[in-house]
This record gives sequence, C-alpha cells and structure tokens, in this order.
Amino acid sequence: MKRNALLMLSFILMVAALYLIFIYVPTESKMGVVQRIFYLMVPMGWIAMLAFIVTATGSILYLTKKSDKWDALALSSCEVGVVFTTLALVTGSIWAKPVWGVWWDWGTPRLTSTLILWFIYLAYFLARNLATEEYRGATFAAVAAIIGLADIPIIILATTLWQGLHPPPLIFQEGGLDPKMRFTVLMSVIAFTVLYIVLLRFRISLRQSEAELGTLKELDE
Amino acid sequence: MENGYYLLAAFTAVWAGVFAYLLFLSGRQVRLHQKINAIKQVLKEKESK
Repeated sequence: MKRNALLMLSFILMVAALYLIFIYVPTESKMGVVQRIFYLMVPMGWIAMLAFIVTATGSILYLTKKSDKWDALALSSCEVGVVFTTLALVTGSIWAKPVWGVWWDWGTPRLTSTLILWFIYLAYFLARNLATEEYRGATFAAVAAIIGLADIPIIILATTLWQGLHPPPLIFQEGGLDPKMRFTVLMSVIAFTVLYIVLLRFRISLRQSEAELGTLKELDE
Repeated sequence: MENGYYLLAAFTAVWAGVFAYLLFLSGRQVRLHQKINAIKQVLKEKESK
C-alpha cells in the first residue's frame, strides 16, 4: 500500500476512534468521564508490546540473515516503540491518580513490568550507541532485544497472576465490558496500530536515507 | 466533569507526543535530504571536471 493511502487510512480511523470515544460510547457510571482514558491507555500498552515484538523479530532475523534491512526494521520499531511505551506510562499514571488515588503503585506488576520494558528499550539504544563499530552495536542491540522479549509474557500475564491495583483482563471476557465499550476500545487499538505502521514505515525510509548518505560520503572521500 | 482535567491531560499528552515525534522525524528527513543533495552536487562537480 502506498504511503499516502496508509496515511489517509490512519487519519480516517483516528477520526472514527475519536468519534466513538467522545460521542458514541456511554460514560462509565462509577468512574465518570475519566474512564475514557482507557481507550487511549489500552492502545498505547498494546503498541508498546507489539513494537517490541517487531524489534525482537527484526533482531532475530538480523542475527540469522545478517541483512541490514532487518536491522533497520528492529531499530525503527524500537524508536517508535519507545515513544508509545512512554505514552503508555504517562496515560497509565494519569488514569491511576483519579481512579486509584496514586500516580504510581510499585505493587502493581503490570505497571512495573511496563516500566522495565521502557528500560529494555533504552538498553537497546545504549547497546547500539556505546559500541565502537556500527555492526557490533547492531549485534549487541539485537541480543538485548531478544533477551528483553522475556518481559512481554510477564506484562501480559501480570494482571492474571499478580493483579495489584490493576483490574483483571476484561476486554474479551464474557460480561466483562459493555459491547459499545469493547467495540470502541478495539477500534482505538486498530487506529493506533495503523498509526504505528505509518510511523514505522516513515522511520524505515529515514534509515534508508541514512544508509544512502553513508554510501555517498564514502564515495566523496 | 470534575475529573475532566485528567482526561484532557491524557489526550493532550498522547497527541503532543505523537506530533512531537512526527516533527522530529520530518526535521531529520529534511536535514538528511539536504545533506544527500549537497554531496550529490559535489560528486557531480567532481565528475564534470
């Protein structure tokens, strides 16, 4: 699909998601309007994990096939992922204050494991930037991403195994969520996933330009 | 609507974050293309000499 078509699709889906969040979906009776943060927080958390899975997959393929295109995928997904993980932590914290009465709770494993994911993302960049040669940095970062992948099942299972203040998983549970709320959250997840793909493609094209610049510089010397 | 500020804060944070990242990427793209074009020009001049 061409970049402009994907950008247009992302825009349409985002407008539809905003309509659903602010007009279509009913206000939750106990929490009131603040519950609508849920429709942002869930997509942010989902993309934080998706982006890291893509990073780790790109890293595995880079280590096995030694092709720069997989490194570009891993690096680009990692950069977009760190943005969405930061936003997941910020929106989660803004949600926690009015609903739980605290900005942060260390006893809630979903929050702590998401924060650990954020540090793993940073470790990826540190591994890349501290290495003296680019290919070494890419290799160290790929290894860090593969090790860091262990955090993803912990985040997913955190609300089932060690709930803390976080509610148990409701979205796909029978009778867990109002059908309108379920539809809205799923639409929001789809809209932000398309936005993630748009940003990922943009970042990959930048990486290609960086590679082109590197080749041209070598020719110029 | 007493918690409306939190809702506003969450939406502002997300959209400000996404737009800031988009601006950052766009700026980087412009600078990269400028550098690429400049080097291409230098290489062209070298070739014509």
